Amino acid sequence: MTEFSLERGLNALREEMDAPVASFFSSCVHCGLCATACPFYVETGDPKYTPIHKLEPMRLLWEQEYTLWGKLKSKLGLGKQVTDEMLEEWEPLLYDSCSMCGRCSMVCPVGNDIHYMIRKAREGMVASGHAPEGLIAASVRAVNTGSPMGLQWKTLDVQIKHVETATDLEVPIDKQGADYLVLLSSMEIINFPEYLEAITKIFDHAGVSWTLSQQCFEATNAGIQIGSKDIAATLVQRVVDAAESLGVKNVISPECGHAYTAIRWEGPNAIKRAYPFKVFHIIEVLDQLRAAGRIKTEGKEMDRLSMHDPCNLARKSGVIQQQRSLMDLVADNFVDLEEHGKFQWCCGAGGGVSSNERAEELKMAAFKRKKAQIEQVEPERMVTMCATCRTQLEEGLEEFNMDIPVVGLTEMIADHLVERDKPDDAAAKAGG
Amino acid sequence: MTSMDFLLLTKGPLFQIAIAIFALGMLVRLVEIFALGRPHNYAAARGGQLIPGLKTVYKRFNPDPGTFKRAPFDVIVGIIWHIGFVVALLLFIPHIELIKSMFGVTWPGLPNPVVDAVTAITLFALLATLIHRLTHPVKKFLSTPEDYLIWTVTFLPVLTGYLAYHRLINPYPLALGLHILAAEIFLIVLPFTKLTHIFTAFVARWYNGAIFGRKGVQS
Ligand code: SF4
Ligand code: SF4
Repeated sequence: MTEFSLERGLNALREEMDAPVASFFSSCVHCGLCATACPFYVETGDPKYTPIHKLEPMRLLWEQEYTLWGKLKSKLGLGKQVTDEMLEEWEPLLYDSCSMCGRCSMVCPVGNDIHYMIRKAREGMVASGHAPEGLIAASVRAVNTGSPMGLQWKTLDVQIKHVETATDLEVPIDKQGADYLVLLSSMEIINFPEYLEAITKIFDHAGVSWTLSQQCFEATNAGIQIGSKDIAATLVQRVVDAAESLGVKNVISPECGHAYTAIRWEGPNAIKRAYPFKVFHIIEVLDQLRAAGRIKTEGKEMDRLSMHDPCNLARKSGVIQQQRSLMDLVADNFVDLEEHGKFQWCCGAGGGVSSNERAEELKMAAFKRKKAQIEQVEPERMVTMCATCRTQLEEGLEEFNMDIPVVGLTEMIADHLVERDKPDDAAAKAGG
Repeated sequence: MTSMDFLLLTKGPLFQIAIAIFALGMLVRLVEIFALGRPHNYAAARGGQLIPGLKTVYKRFNPDPGTFKRAPFDVIVGIIWHIGFVVALLLFIPHIELIKSMFGVTWPGLPNPVVDAVTAITLFALLATLIHRLTHPVKKFLSTPEDYLIWTVTFLPVLTGYLAYHRLINPYPLALGLHILAAEIFLIVLPFTKLTHIFTAFVARWYNGAIFGRKGVQS
């Protein structure tokens, strides 16, 4: 990130104009239905949070420069210009009040993929110097230290040692030619160390060949959240380099929805080439292992469980059935929230909202939609598969004095694994 | 100018001009959209684009249950007046005859009293949408003069058609001339306003369905 200026911002926006964007702006009839899809509008009732309104600067630029009629109008000096002040005014709309959940895109009657455009509009915001401080700081840390939270390998290493002691298993590091390179998210390493322990157990149980990489362990991509293709490319390249140098065939994104969309869908476009490996979310991998009969479980959770689908995983990536098949394996009393899967409601923290301190209040407001959904179903615990969602659910439920613990699905699977005979135990038995 | 002269003017040169502006304008709009293209997508696809795109084109006629519950008025009234408008436009026998004389294609129409009833319902529904736009906080907030302009140019052909059919404006050639003029204004305004959604919404829906479809989600 070098010089920011309005002109750079406008240029970044110009680069983002494509046929879908033009068809979307040409089609909006200002019906306002997208507002009813957005947790930030629904829970605040403030019309300025209407999804399509968040794109007004980009729409203006499109009209003025990409339509004959608009060009004519601006030649005649008619119509508003996109100014620095305007972008400044829109900064909170594009960042604080949008978790890029994509729900608006499912609802618009003319078919506008609004969140597709919000992602693009953020490129213009970054280049013009109108991105929130919290996200800028996270991006700088990610570029400089490899982690948006400034977490270093030595912190992870301590955790690895703990896991190894607790499980009596080895956590493979830098293992050449492993089948899977496992990535983590800093948020997870800090808040949910259980995750690493869980996959260590599951992969040992299922006989999966995997590894961590010292060169790159972070799966999230602050460049994509803030809206900077350059930063995004730098961060994705690190994952690609690590995967290529270890010669792995697959990369696993952790229990983080954002990391998954970042590596799975945006990454190859950020570096402008297809990957020489496949990318999976941990839940996809677990479900493949389940389907192949490689995960043997015993016993079931007997309390009433419900599930929060991370937007990035379900609506934005099509991983919807997998988590339910896995739940079936270990839960006896599972009930879905009314609107779930591709129509689920965002927890309120995605899209960089949780790294943006200024958005704290809106983040909690948006959570109220999730809360209402949970109240309707009255589960004893919630299950999810994203560290950001999980943190938000925990904080939100606590804020509203709801005593509903939140669990990660991977851990829950790990808790039910059938004890497998250790190879040396088996050998001992055979010998004895 | 007699009312007959007026009618001939609207049926003749004005009609030609309106059709020309509409056709050329719409062509430019579509070229402007498609010329922008789409960047190559390097991410491995999970699903197809063509079929999911087409499904979304269809599915957005029929909103998801949650949206229906949260905005029943928009959904019901919106569907009613859009269908009413299309029925009056395409299934009224004199309109079919006009289309036949222009393009040589034809299809069966509905009996006049049926179209009349549909038109009356459409007028009420359109009025209801205007009131809604003026009062609903989100719609009021989003609305620009253009939204009221397109409401007006959509309402007028329906209204003048209804008045002409019931001989509520006299003499008849004047009534018919006004109806044709209203239709011409609609056609002329269309390419320069969001009335383009009549065509571009299909494009937008397809792209939406294709973008989601590629990731394995039917939007
Ligand atoms: S739902 Fe679609 S058409 Fe309606 S206001 Fe939102 S973007 Fe525009
Ligand atoms: S992506 Fe989600 S949060 Fe953002 S505007 Fe759309 S519905 Fe609202």
